[in-house]
Order: sequence, then structure tokens, then C-alpha cells
Amino acid sequence: MRIAPQPGERIDRRKPFTFEYDGAKITGFEGDTIGSALYAAGRRVFSRSFKYHRPRGLLCCSGDCPNCMMTVDGVPNVRLCVEPVRDGAVVRAQNVLGSLERDLLSVVDRLGGPFTPVGFYYRTMIRPRRLWPVYERFLRNVAGLGRVGGADGHARRYDTEHRRAEVLVIGGGGAGRQAAAAAAAEGRQVVLVDERGGVTAGGPYEVLAPARALGIYEGGLVPVDAGDVLYRFRAERIVVATGAIEQPLVFPGNDLVGVMLPNGVRRLASEWSIKPGEHAAIVSVDDNGLEVAEDLRRAGTEVARVVDLRAERPVHLAAVGRRGRLSRLVVDGEAVDCDLLVMSGGRQPAYSLLAQSGARVEYDPQRGIFVPTDLPPGVEAVGSAAGELGPAAVPAASFDGGRNRGRSFVCVCEDVTEKDLKRALAEGFDSIELAKRYTTVTMGPCQGRLCHVSSIRLLARETETDEAAIGTTTARPPWSPVELGLLAGRHYEAAKRTPLHFRHVEAGATMMWTGQWRRPFDYGDSEAEVRAVHESLGVIDVSTLGKILVEGPDAPELLERLYPNRFADLAAGRIRYGVLTTDGGRIMDDGTIARLGDELYYVTTTSTGSESVCEWFEWWNAVWGYDVEIVNVTGALAAVNLAGPRAREALAGLTDADVSNDAFRYLDAKEISVAGIPCLGLRIGFVGELGYELHCPASAGEHLWDALVALGAVPFGLEPQRVLRLEKAHIIVGQDTDSESNLLSAGMPWIVKLEKEDFVGKWAVEHLQERGVRERLVGFTMDVLPPEGAQVVRDGRPVGRVTSARVSERVGRVIGLAWVGPDRAEEGAAISIRVDGADHPATVTLTPFYDPQGELLRS
Amino acid sequence: MFLLACPHCGPRSVDEFKYQGEVTRRPPERPTLRELTDYVYFRDNVAGVQREWWYHGTGCGLWFVAERDTRTNEVLRTEIPEPSRGRTPAPVEAAVPDTPAV
Repeated sequence: MRIAPQPGERIDRRKPFTFEYDGAKITGFEGDTIGSALYAAGRRVFSRSFKYHRPRGLLCCSGDCPNCMMTVDGVPNVRLCVEPVRDGAVVRAQNVLGSLERDLLSVVDRLGGPFTPVGFYYRTMIRPRRLWPVYERFLRNVAGLGRVGGADGHARRYDTEHRRAEVLVIGGGGAGRQAAAAAAAEGRQVVLVDERGGVTAGGPYEVLAPARALGIYEGGLVPVDAGDVLYRFRAERIVVATGAIEQPLVFPGNDLVGVMLPNGVRRLASEWSIKPGEHAAIVSVDDNGLEVAEDLRRAGTEVARVVDLRAERPVHLAAVGRRGRLSRLVVDGEAVDCDLLVMSGGRQPAYSLLAQSGARVEYDPQRGIFVPTDLPPGVEAVGSAAGELGPAAVPAASFDGGRNRGRSFVCVCEDVTEKDLKRALAEGFDSIELAKRYTTVTMGPCQGRLCHVSSIRLLARETETDEAAIGTTTARPPWSPVELGLLAGRHYEAAKRTPLHFRHVEAGATMMWTGQWRRPFDYGDSEAEVRAVHESLGVIDVSTLGKILVEGPDAPELLERLYPNRFADLAAGRIRYGVLTTDGGRIMDDGTIARLGDELYYVTTTSTGSESVCEWFEWWNAVWGYDVEIVNVTGALAAVNLAGPRAREALAGLTDADVSNDAFRYLDAKEISVAGIPCLGLRIGFVGELGYELHCPASAGEHLWDALVALGAVPFGLEPQRVLRLEKAHIIVGQDTDSESNLLSAGMPWIVKLEKEDFVGKWAVEHLQERGVRERLVGFTMDVLPPEGAQVVRDGRPVGRVTSARVSERVGRVIGLAWVGPDRAEEGAAISIRVDGADHPATVTLTPFYDPQGELLRS
Repeated sequence: MFLLACPHCGPRSVDEFKYQGEVTRRPPERPTLRELTDYVYFRDNVAGVQREWWYHGTGCGLWFVAERDTRTNEVLRTEIPEPSRGRTPAPVEAAVPDTPAV
């Protein structure tokens, strides 16, 4: 129902767009929003309210209120009034059972009224307790708005981009554009962010539109939602020009379809050339509301009644409707038929972003609004957002409807009525923060835009104080609703590849993430790879191990004080296992330490621990001031572990060095040349078989790998390695230990040398020794495979948990590690582990499952 | 965002640094359990000037101490702390808090 072009018309009637709405084809023009096109096509009901499922129509037409939220192309909660029309868009109503016109859930409004006051389900749906599953199902179904994903869900890619601006202007209204132009004229680099996309680009400053500033964080960080990209702006100067928000009035029937705010009507009539209604009435506290009369007359709408609240003080005011649609306005008993009611409760500066940045908010009793003051450095407010608004009367907190007893809504998002707020007060929720949490007023999609002031005014009246005493609630980001996908956008974290990465890919390995590293899970057959290590020869890429050189006159003393065991007495060319703990006693990381010379140690760490261990070393070195250099050489070296009964024979074939058991003993470190590559050879055995770790320059890694594979070494991945190490009951820090684990509970008292004067974590161990540990890490065997995290139970109650479990062919049973009570930490103790709801017996073992004496390692 | 003056590199963006909490005092002798708990887990959390550890992680790798006003992020000074090597406490024992989860 378009009318002749209006003076401010923004549509181009030569460019039609057609979209689908609940099965029907609707046509709009360029410049239209989906909302305006639907209104022009005669649609009046745009949503059903959150709780009562009352029909709701366009209210603000500015993207502030929740009344026109629908699902567009699978994206829920799109505000149609600001969503531009586009060809082929599929628009669906949400939060309805049936259709917008006949929503079966509206029964809540008709019958449920007396039964669904505020806080109803907090009190009612807690008993009887056994009915909770029924309640929960019901509540989950009715809670929330719209549905995410599903069959018509959407898959989109979101990105994050870091940007800088000398001046960031938020809001593209008159004041915002003026501020942007002024700053640009001074030669500043200016970016203007506008929600509605009404600002034309190409001027002296950059325009981002439609885009929404979500908040102002510390240090001038402003996240800007631009649809598929989240810009993280850092700005030297932030100019907030977010304007003012038209406020509704609180009276019975104020949510009926046909009750609108001035700007909504103005935009319908003048920007989109649509006749907003046949007969209109206006109730206003300011000129802003009264001025709409002119737009209405031009559009051919009869203005039947104007109530200027500055001149008139009606006692009774109510809107009356049929089937949720406005039919008349009743002022002090005098009824006026109308299908459009323009209400204006004044304009409130949109101060939220300013308050987030640290500004104070002050109540202005003359105009009845909250105004931002005391802006922090670097933040400015201009225009209406700063409180530059014309005079207005302070509206009554609410109007009594007299004989017309409809609901008076304070918050249309959450369906909170005047009665609900009064009830919350009566129950003692008498501060605005408490009333907000109890009734959820201001917590809906509009985030208080339309209900914040009303609720404060109502609370002030009811508690007989003033608005300044009530104060405002804390403004928090996000200021505008944001898609979760945008917040989870790609951050481009680096992936680390080892020098041997492409050998694994070529060999068909299944690659997996371990921290930032990409590592082979296996090469297709974990079991065969385990067997190869046990029976013949395997090779695994362990380049991910952290590798740190610790060198200097004080190196022995530094390590003595960082580790619980001794390193000063370690002979050159020998290796010792070490565990790092904090002063709280927590296990941080583990690895091997090889002494390469009097003042030089080579420390390895876990794959994810190299950076934190290096920092840890440097930190303590700074504290104590030792003469030590610490160098992280993780990325410079490749490392492989050659393991299996044939390891020595294979190594001997590639080196001239004497690798006999006497010359290269278990826990020896030797510099040897392997396949022509200078290597540091470490004879250690994480996987339990005779083995050598060979560390060499990264650039030579592939050559070394190829030479070993050519000799018949079978590449094995992380999964077979995990089986093999579990057979030896070797722990993985972080997998088998957590933030509570200490050396005594993890079964490593042998590593603690309490006779040392000091080491980090010593005192914690001493106290633990006196007090005893609450849990112990033990091995277990059983016949079913429990998932990692399975519970150890006793008398039906959890008393521990499984941290690792695998089927071991070699042991012939399921083996694993678990935390149990200290009384169960005995060889042969019986425990129960819950798998799929049934309790299965398991037997505790305190020695490795395979080669308990370590004879193979020494052979 | 603010600038932090690394004693080696001069003023750099705070993004280059890792914050490691307020400077605490590591007990010089074996503490009681209460003293140990206090040192490991409790922090003063002042609203005001605080001495704290920073690590120039993406820069030179230096650990240093800064005095920062926690209310305004104003950094009053940065310095390389005097080392405290032995068991006998130096006048200002520059000790370290427990790390967060590593």
C-alpha cells in the first residue's frame, strides 16, 4: 500500500526485490527493509512476544526493539526493520506454534496470566522434584528465541581483523558525520561506524556500514560487528554519536499492534512512502512526538487526537484492542477510534558505550533522562548521545487505565509488566540491580534501550525516592546482539610442523593436533606399529620435544634448585630424568637432562612445555641472578627415537662410533655421527625397548629419517607410542597429572632429595609428607576398556578416575593408570571401574606392566 | 592498551609482554603450612601501585619488575631486580609467585 513519493523518500521504485515470507512472495524496492516491504504488503503482526505470545507489530523501526525479529535465511533473531531487502531471501516467523496470526502458544496469555507472574517457575517448578525432567523439557522448549542450526541452519565463515584508527566515530547521524568530517579536515585518519548503512561512503573518511560497535573496552578497544568480520579497533580518539532512543510510555495496552514510537511512524511514512494507518492518535511529552502529525497528514492518515502531556495531565490512559490489534485510545473516559497510536515518552541519550568506557551517568530531573558525564580521556560524546536534546516533560511512571485493565508493559522483550515489577518490589527485590535479575527487565534483546528508564522511574515512584537515588544498572558489552560465530571467528593460530612433517604425510599418516603441533596419530595400523617396536625396530619423530641448552658456571646450581633431584653430581655424558614442580608442589613438566660438559646441560621437556619451561628457567635465573645462559633450541633440531630389539644393530650400521652396551650404556649421552649427520645420541627409553634418541640439525632430519627407514625401521605414531609407554607405566604430564598432582601422589617419592638445602617445591613435599596425600596414581589391569575419565567407584560412589587406558596385546589385558584413594594404592588391591553404567573389577599394580625391572632398556 | 618500558628495549606495546603477577616474597626458611599457602596462593590484589613481574616474551626475553597503578595502568617505573641468590635474604627478596596453569 504505497502512497505517492514523499519528500524524504529513500526507495528506488525502479529496482524491485522479491523475497519469500512464510511461503508467499513479497516484493519491495531498493532502499526498503524486509520489515518495510512486509508492512507495505499489509502485514501488521511481526512477532509473538517472548512469554505470553501476544501479537506484536512494528514499534521503533530503528533496530532497537525486539518486535520484528524473525529468522532470515536460517539466521535467527534478525531485526527485519533494519535488514535490507534482497532477492531470494527466505523469511520465517519464530517463537510461534502455528502462525503469527494464530499462535497456539498464545493460550499462555489468555489462561496463564494469573499463573505466570514473575518468578513463577523459580518457585513452582522445583517440586515435586521427580517432575523436574518434565518441567525442564517444557522450559527448554519455550525458553529462548529462534533456533540455531538445524536443517535450515547456516554455515558461514567468520574472521577477526585487528585495525587501528586515529579517530573512530560511532554513529552516522548528523552529529557523528559532522565530527568525522571535522576530524578528517584536520588530517586525521577517521573511521565512521554506522548501524544502519544510511551514510554514503567515498568522502574524506572511511565508512563501515552496516556495522555495530559492541562495546568500549580498556585501552580504547572497540569490537565492531560488520557481519562476517569482527574488527578489533584500537583508536586514539573515540567519538560516541550513538544518538538518543525514543522511550515508550507505560499504560494498559501499550504493546498492542499499532502502538508505535514517533521515528518508526516517520520512517514508514516518509522514507518508505507507506500509509502507516487510517486513523491515528498521538500521546507525547515532547515536540518529537507531535511533529509526526505532519508526516501522517502528508501520508493521508487522519490524526484523530493529540494528547500533549505537557499541556494535559490525564488521570486515565489506555489503549484498547481486539485480537491484539489496537482499536481505540481511551483518555479519561473519552474514546477515540484509531489503528495507529504514536507514543513518545521522551528521548534518552544512548549512553551505554560511554558508561562502559568509564563515564559516570547522572540523572537530569528537569528532562527526566540520564546524561553521561566525566568522560575518560580519549572518549568524547557528541549530539544527542551527549544529552543535546530539546525540552521535554517528565512522563508519569505509568498511567492507570481506569476501567480498561489491560497489561501495562515495562519491557516488551521479556514481557515484564508494571505489576511484575511491583511484585518484585513487594518481595524485597528493591534495588534496580536485584529487580533486574529477578524480573529480567532490561535483559532481553533490546538490552534496556526501551525499558531501562521506565523501570527506574517506576521503582522510584513505588519506593518514594527519585531516579537519581535508584541509579542505573551497570552497562556491559555487547551493546548490540552479536552472532556467536563472529566471536568464535578464526584467529589464525600458528600450526607447528616438525622438520619431518612431509615424510609423515607422504607415508600416509593420520595427522592430529597436539597443542600447536601437528603429529602423526599412526600410519594406518597402530597395533602393527606397536608390534614392530616390541619385536623388531620402530622409529618415531620426537622433534616436538622441548630442547633447551643451559650453560654457564652456575648451571649445575640452577638446575639443583629447579629440580627435586640432583644434577650437580651428574657426570658429563650421563642422563637423568627430572620433574619440575612449583613451590605449591604441583607437577609442571618432565623430561630428561643430559650433562654435556662441566657447565653445559641439554634439557628436554614435554612437547607442549618448551616455552613455559624456558620462561620458568629464565624467571628463576632472574630471581637468583645466576651466571647462566638459557637457549631454547626446540625449533632448530629434529629428533627421532629409534626403538626395538634391533636398535643397536641398526645404529651400528650407520655409525663408526662404538655403540656396544659397554661403550654406550643406558642413560648415556654421546655425540655421534649417524648416516653422516652429527647427532646427539641419548640412550633412553620412553617406549620401554632398547632405544636411542637422536637429535640433529633440523635441516638434516629427513636424511636421518630416510636412512633409518631404509634399514627397516617401521615409523610409528603417537597412538602406538601411548600404548608402549603405558605398558611401562610412564606418565604423561597433563594427561595423567592435573593441577592437584604432586610428586608423592604421583608415586615418585624416589625423585625427591630432601637432603638438598633448597629446591622449588621442597617445602610443599615436606608438608605433604607430614599430612599424607589424598590420592595416589596407580596402574591397573582389567578386562574391559574404560574411557579415559571413567570413574573408580566404591559402594556406588566415585572415589577416583581413570586417566589413561589401552588394550595391550603384549600384557594380554586392558592396562591403565588411575587416581585412587591412598588405601587402594597397594599391589593387587581390588578396585571397581564404571564402564557404561556397570561396575567392572580391576586390579591395582604398582610396577610397570611390561619389563618391570627395565632389563630390556639396559640390555 | 598501554606501553611498558622494557629495561633493555625501551617503551614497547604491552602486547609483547607476559604478565606474571605481583612480586611476592619467597620465604627464606622453611615456612609453616600457613605461610607456604599464603606465599603460593594469596595475593594482595591492591587497587593502587603494585610491584609486579613482566616477561618480554616476544622481545628480548627479559624478566623485569614494573611498578604499575592497577587503577589507571600508569607504569611508574621498570627495573631489573636485584638478584637474591643465597638462602640469606637480601634486603628486598625478589621472590616469585606460583605460575598459573602451565
